[in-house]
Amino acid sequence: MSIVQEQRWNPIVWLGELVIAPVSVVGDFALFALLTLRWTFSRWPRGNVLWTNLYQIGVLSLPVVMVTGGFIGMVLAVQSFDQLRVMHMESRLGSVVNMTLVKELGPVLAATMLAGRVGSAIAAELGTMRVTEQIDALEALGADPIQYLVVPRFLGCVLLIPMLTIIADSVGMLCGWIFSATILGINSYYYWYHTYAYISLLDVYSGILKSISFGAAIALVSCHRGFHAKAGAQGVGTAATQTFVFSFVLILFLDFLAGVVLSQVYIWLDSA
Amino acid sequence: MNSDHQTPILELNHVSRSFGGQGVLSDISLQVQAGETLVLIGESGCGKSVTTKLLAGMLEPTSGDVMWRGVDVKRLKPAEKLKQRLRIGYLFQSAALFDSLNVFENVAFGLRQNTRKKDQEIHDIVHARLVDVGLNGDVSSKMPAELSGGMRKRVGLARALAISPDIIIYDEPTTGLDPVMSDVINELIISVREQRPVTSIVVTHDMHTVQKVADRIVMLYPLSRLPDGENQVIYSGTAEDAFHADDVRVYSFVHGDASRRLQELSAA
Repeated sequence: MSIVQEQRWNPIVWLGELVIAPVSVVGDFALFALLTLRWTFSRWPRGNVLWTNLYQIGVLSLPVVMVTGGFIGMVLAVQSFDQLRVMHMESRLGSVVNMTLVKELGPVLAATMLAGRVGSAIAAELGTMRVTEQIDALEALGADPIQYLVVPRFLGCVLLIPMLTIIADSVGMLCGWIFSATILGINSYYYWYHTYAYISLLDVYSGILKSISFGAAIALVSCHRGFHAKAGAQGVGTAATQTFVFSFVLILFLDFLAGVVLSQVYIWLDSA
Repeated sequence: MNSDHQTPILELNHVSRSFGGQGVLSDISLQVQAGETLVLIGESGCGKSVTTKLLAGMLEPTSGDVMWRGVDVKRLKPAEKLKQRLRIGYLFQSAALFDSLNVFENVAFGLRQNTRKKDQEIHDIVHARLVDVGLNGDVSSKMPAELSGGMRKRVGLARALAISPDIIIYDEPTTGLDPVMSDVINELIISVREQRPVTSIVVTHDMHTVQKVADRIVMLYPLSRLPDGENQVIYSGTAEDAFHADDVRVYSFVHGDASRRLQELSAA
């Protein structure tokens, strides 16, 4: 008969486990991402599968993204107005609000909303499919789960997050302007004059470009967590929670990385 | 009898499987002959479902070989592996119908995924398979959440049959069903094998199912309680012989006698 021995705490074993666990998770995630990319470029999903995901990820996210964008535009106007007024520069409010929106808050908040609304839902849906053997059933019927489940969601997030970011930016700019012009009494001509003077197309493009990396991160994290959900309601709940936390941390990390790279691009463009 | 008839259609050769260091199967060897109905029995957690998933190619063994018609499946190319996988239909314990698809699309899934059949042909096949399992066209537009447990199992069986498999694996097909519906499923297993030359592998705890459908039964024993050096397959033979087995573990299980297990639990 097998004999269970009580093991003493061993610091070497503890340290090894501490290192191996995260390394194996990161390695597994990297392989998952590579497989997703391979399927994305080798076999496009069926039309009805892709359209369903585009609708759920894009169209159904519009209200929450628009509301977030609108309020952030107004909040930025309120917060910046007092400080600019001290310096008698309140006419430049448009440049501050709109620059912050297109470069930073528009992409990050659209991505955060997507991670909360779509990412958690994807993790919960795929997690439920995992624990109810639906993913095994896909394999039994000759479908690759990554090709059938992950690729359409990946494409949905990557293709639609730039649109959602543009919409969040636009609604934020519009609400920020209306609030500034009607409540704060800023002259509309100077509001937009300074916006055009300070914001370049590169600022707009950089925000949209980095949003694509946020979309990819949300899709991959949510699908990966869903695929590895543990059995039971708690397992699926944990997968959904982990998706939001990991996605949000990854969004901030990618935002920082993009900030560092873009600052070098700006320096290079100025010197060229 | 030529040699091809003697080659098992599926075979496990000294297969072991563990999950995160936890052993579930150890050195299992099992042969499934074409046309037979093999029933796997054993206590919960003894590795029956893992065994069927290894046979169906949904899991890979930690060690040992899975053979398909005498060929090691590890040696098959991806396209051949897919072809082999489609020769096996799988009825899952929970039926595992796709929640987002209606009954018609569930049954049609394997055909849409792997063939270039036209919509009309797919429609005809799906309708025929639903009739085979005793369902009519009215259910085809229903979503899985609208179906009863027995209907879900029957739709799951129709979905498995739609790809015209050589082998059908039934994972606890009567679990959670009332006695009448359980017998309906047993009759379906029998009628499926009478209608087509199919090999059946049935995982069950239901002795009524065992007596009704089994040509041969194999009993697995949980690895955690298996004495060192003993084979995990503790019985292989007919259902009739199992009811008169000398091995007290087999005898207790098939008669549903808990006294030995209660003694073990109280001694632990």
